[in-house]
Amino acid sequence: MTPRVVFPNKLLPYLLVAPQLAITLIFFYWPASQALQQSLQREDPFGLKSQFVGLANFRKVLADPNYINALQVTVIFSVATAFVAMAVALLLAVQADKVVRGKGFYRTLMIWPYAVAPAIAGMLWLFLFSPSIGTFAVLMRNLGIAWDPLLNGNQAMALVVAAASWKQISYNFLFFVAGLQAIPKSLIEAAAIDGARETKRFWTIVFPLLAPTTFFLLVINTTYAFFDTFGIIHAVTGGGPGKATETLVYKVYNDGFVNLVLGDSAAQSVILMVIVIALTAVQFRYVERKVHYG
Amino acid sequence: MIGQSPIRTFIAHAVLILGVLVVAFPIYYVLVASTHSLQTILRPPLPLVPGDQGWANYSTALFGGVGRIGGVAVGTLLFNSTVVALGIAIGKIIISLLSAYAIVFFRFPGRMVFFWLIFITLMLPVEVRILPTYKVMVDLNLIDTYTGLILPLIASATATLLFRQFFMTIPGELVEAARVDGAGPWRFFRDILLPLSRTNIAALFVILFIYGWTQYLWPLLVTNRSDMNTIVIALRKMISFADADTQWHLVMVTCVLAILPPVLVVVLMQRWFVRGLVETEK
Repeated sequence: MTPRVVFPNKLLPYLLVAPQLAITLIFFYWPASQALQQSLQREDPFGLKSQFVGLANFRKVLADPNYINALQVTVIFSVATAFVAMAVALLLAVQADKVVRGKGFYRTLMIWPYAVAPAIAGMLWLFLFSPSIGTFAVLMRNLGIAWDPLLNGNQAMALVVAAASWKQISYNFLFFVAGLQAIPKSLIEAAAIDGARETKRFWTIVFPLLAPTTFFLLVINTTYAFFDTFGIIHAVTGGGPGKATETLVYKVYNDGFVNLVLGDSAAQSVILMVIVIALTAVQFRYVERKVHYG
Repeated sequence: MIGQSPIRTFIAHAVLILGVLVVAFPIYYVLVASTHSLQTILRPPLPLVPGDQGWANYSTALFGGVGRIGGVAVGTLLFNSTVVALGIAIGKIIISLLSAYAIVFFRFPGRMVFFWLIFITLMLPVEVRILPTYKVMVDLNLIDTYTGLILPLIASATATLLFRQFFMTIPGELVEAARVDGAGPWRFFRDILLPLSRTNIAALFVILFIYGWTQYLWPLLVTNRSDMNTIVIALRKMISFADADTQWHLVMVTCVLAILPPVLVVVLMQRWFVRGLVETEK
């Protein structure tokens, strides 16, 4: 690459990056380093002095059955949400790829939920399925299903997964449509001439060629389920019943703000940071690969 | 093009219509619910056609001051949400434009260090540094202020990266020509770079507006006074399932009002939004 043509100013560039840098330092690096520091300390109950305890907080957190439970809940929740959101979106995108008329119409109707806040998405589903005022809850009771997400952990989980994936379908749909459009039609036609049926064409040609999109969405959906769904859980179940829907992020919030166990909360934050870094690294490896192979 | 039997096309349309129904139904339901009286809502199943209480419900919510959230009018909440969403969107765009401009069009010591410092913040979402960030807010006296709601969220690696990517595609000849014609950095920025970035800015605006409007954890932490709540937080506070006197008809109205602005932005700016979304992330 030839060196870029640039402006010769010396001071100006510093002024230009200053605002972004200041905000980044004050609200990102400073708190993050605080979290790191706190995770290695333990505070006395009055918050008067704190002492260095090494990795004790981490050991305590990782040995805590509640934390292990939150980890399990998060994994189940994320896998279920990512799978449902992506499977439904892929099915709809494949159908949308087939129709000629009304494509724009379907897309417009499909993208709404993207604009709905996760917390509100949760509430919408709660309105439908709440035992006291939900229309569907009544219908299910009439069918003889004992439906009460406020008491039954599995049902609560099903409800938050439904709300979380509902919100994410539109996003995945847009990406799958873009991904499908990028697949050369000649490949599919060649397979059709060779006698491959539609189902076979999909699984042997379309789906493998869609892998980059699918993988990208997998990372995005996992990140979404891990971090952006706090609102859904907080609004719908509050982590309950019991701790059946308490995810890792919800637990950080709960321990830090409700139970005020600072060291534990900080150690959990640091563990979450490690998870984000891993997810981001995976994402970038993928991006790099894509640049190489076009 | 492979020929398609009419049956297959029919199935495709059927699946899509079913999908649209599933996707749109929860929103339609709350819209219908917002036009019924409290008594009707409390006796499910709810009729699937709009009721006749719409006018009464909306005027009570908008002008009556909803009791459950400390007598704050929905108008105030909508105003707060709008300020926050616009502040975040515009703030992010401005500071990312500036820093991307510096990083691409200037050479100065520490350039790459700054770039990485900004870039790494991708890995530090609010959710993972909740408590210490909250402490910073307390120390800076930013609790219950618009600044506190907006400022910590406007530093964004994504927007900076996007603009950087776009600026790098601008040919060096353009910069050279501008300099030969005697344009300084500011003039080049205003008269050439900004007009060229218009579509990117529009796309990013839609995405960031939605991002700002749908924030949950952060507003929940930094607002204590109910007149500083965003509408999403206020809505959460209105709802209590254990409590018999939740004003469900007003909850439904508030819900519709909270959903409407971002949905309008997305639907009206769909073209930029879809382009922006697919391009920013890829």
